[in-house]
Amino acid sequence: MAQLSMRDALNQALHEEMERDSRVIVMGEDVAGGSGGTSGNIEAAGGIFGVTKGLKTKFGGDRVIDTPISESAIVGLANGAALAGLRPVAELMFADFVGVSLDQIFNQMAKFRYMFGGKATTPVVLRMAMGAGMNAAAQHSQTIYPMLSAVPGLKVCVPSTPADAKGMMKQAIRDDDPVIFFEHKALYSRKGEVPEGEFLTPFGEAALVREGKDATVVTLGRMVPFAMKAAEKLEADGITVDLIDMRTTSPIDEETILESLSQTGRLVVVDESNPICSIASEIASLAVTKGFHDLRAPVQKITAPHTPVPFARELERMYVPSPNDIEAAVRAVLEV
Amino acid sequence: MQQSPEQIRQAYRQMRLIREFEERLHIENPKGEIAGFTHLYSGQEAIAVGVCENLRDGDYIISTHRGHGNCLAKGCDPRGMMHEIYGRADGLGKGRGGSMHIADLDKGMLGANGIVGAGQPIAVGAALACKAKGDGSVSVSFTGDGASNQGTVFEAMNMAVVLKLPKVFVLENNGYSEHTGASYGIGSDLKVRTEGFGIPVYEADGFDYFSVYDAAREAIEAARSGKGPVAVLATATRYFGHFEGDPQNYRAKDEVKNFRETVDAMKTIREKVTGAGIFTAEELDEIDAEVLALIDSCVESARSGPVPGADIMMSDVYLDY
Repeated sequence: MAQLSMRDALNQALHEEMERDSRVIVMGEDVAGGSGGTSGNIEAAGGIFGVTKGLKTKFGGDRVIDTPISESAIVGLANGAALAGLRPVAELMFADFVGVSLDQIFNQMAKFRYMFGGKATTPVVLRMAMGAGMNAAAQHSQTIYPMLSAVPGLKVCVPSTPADAKGMMKQAIRDDDPVIFFEHKALYSRKGEVPEGEFLTPFGEAALVREGKDATVVTLGRMVPFAMKAAEKLEADGITVDLIDMRTTSPIDEETILESLSQTGRLVVVDESNPICSIASEIASLAVTKGFHDLRAPVQKITAPHTPVPFARELERMYVPSPNDIEAAVRAVLEV
Repeated sequence: MQQSPEQIRQAYRQMRLIREFEERLHIENPKGEIAGFTHLYSGQEAIAVGVCENLRDGDYIISTHRGHGNCLAKGCDPRGMMHEIYGRADGLGKGRGGSMHIADLDKGMLGANGIVGAGQPIAVGAALACKAKGDGSVSVSFTGDGASNQGTVFEAMNMAVVLKLPKVFVLENNGYSEHTGASYGIGSDLKVRTEGFGIPVYEADGFDYFSVYDAAREAIEAARSGKGPVAVLATATRYFGHFEGDPQNYRAKDEVKNFRETVDAMKTIREKVTGAGIFTAEELDEIDAEVLALIDSCVESARSGPVPGADIMMSDVYLDY
């Protein structure tokens, strides 16, 4: 198996899907970059995180479209192109910019099929980089997947590994429902094994990435490697956990979580988002409503605090849940 | 008049269909059988039909919350629409959309839209698909004077120019943005503002079908030929309130009455068509009678149409979940 970064795995997925299906187009701010510049370089950026690099050179400017800074029109462009038969992969650069384009996401793409008598299909993939870790402060660091997971009509991906990022991106592009695709900035350069050849990662199937018997840790995104670190430390003390990577927050794979909970009886949920109406809240609610009789201890919810993402290194480090927080939470559920 | 008598008959019938559809809804609405908000298009018929008579099946339109006229003009089935407005399981939206969300993808009608201005960038996206198909198809958005002040419309206009898309912006100025005069809300001038984006504007008298048809034909031909986005600016009025039940306290006492008696779109097309000897008044009356009977039948079947159940509520959120 090849070792790839998440950035390169996503780039490979885009190349393969654009090659396979001429209806797939890519659009967004600086997805190629250089349009209108003085250097003559038609791919001066390849996306600000390099995810779309090489696409314009290979597939041309009709399929890889630099847009003005107009988030509402970018998502609208993708929505209309999808209704009319194309399969757009639009990029919002930072997830925080959902704020400028929310109408097109939650009033439009999510609802067309339902409102229009089941006739419309809107196969849009909306990519966005999320998460703290770059000291990018309150408007460039949020993990807003809880908010969009709450919208009926949207599917939401939060991959944690390069392999999942590739398999889920390919699945998202082939999916006929609109898909919101969150890419964690701090994971772009992290390498992992990616299988050779064609593969898709289905939605609504969580991954049991580590097996244990003492507690169930449910998490996603950048918190997966953090939880892995915690699990390794706990194992040295003879404590083992089931570590579940949710992968998609809409749909949620309830079965895998409840099955693990029925074995361990103890649950820790770890979510980089703010605590209120978070994915952590959702999983805690799942445990209480459908796994209540399996619970042998109160659920531990590890999230960011109810504050905006702060700027200073020390503050941001305090804001983001740490492997130590996760380790302490597992020990806490075991004390009961 | 360069159009054939058959074309003119078709246009007249479409305008009459819109007029009677809306006038009838105005009568039916207070009876309590129709739920929710209804926004009527009476008074603006010449714009919808003048534009859509220039369109082909493969062209797209997107509309506004005042969308019935645009939908009918693009060929949506009046019965399916009426059933939808009455919230029936066999309506165009299966009773899940209602008046503000009528759409028919098979007719290239990408939806009326409850969010003011939201349709513009979506129609720009459809124009991107038209360009990719390379078959000369175009995408048309209808925008009211109110929506013309939304930022997303400015983004859409610039985007269409930057990407040089076959996109037609139809600006329908009916004089009022909800309860506020267009002359108050539009800080400059719609034509100048649109031209400022680099979009040529073709002006038309929104009460006169032939004026709109000619302006739209020229605009749409330019868009089809790959010259980039164009706009049609047509001014008319709406006879009814922003929504049904709106007492229209913002309008002078005889304003609507004066419009109806002088420049009314149906009166104008009848006078022009009979004046030029294309059809007699009796021939047009026959069309009117046929349309009225159709509307009667649509209302009657909609009133007793099937009520949607939980299966309909729960389906079509996703294709697969």
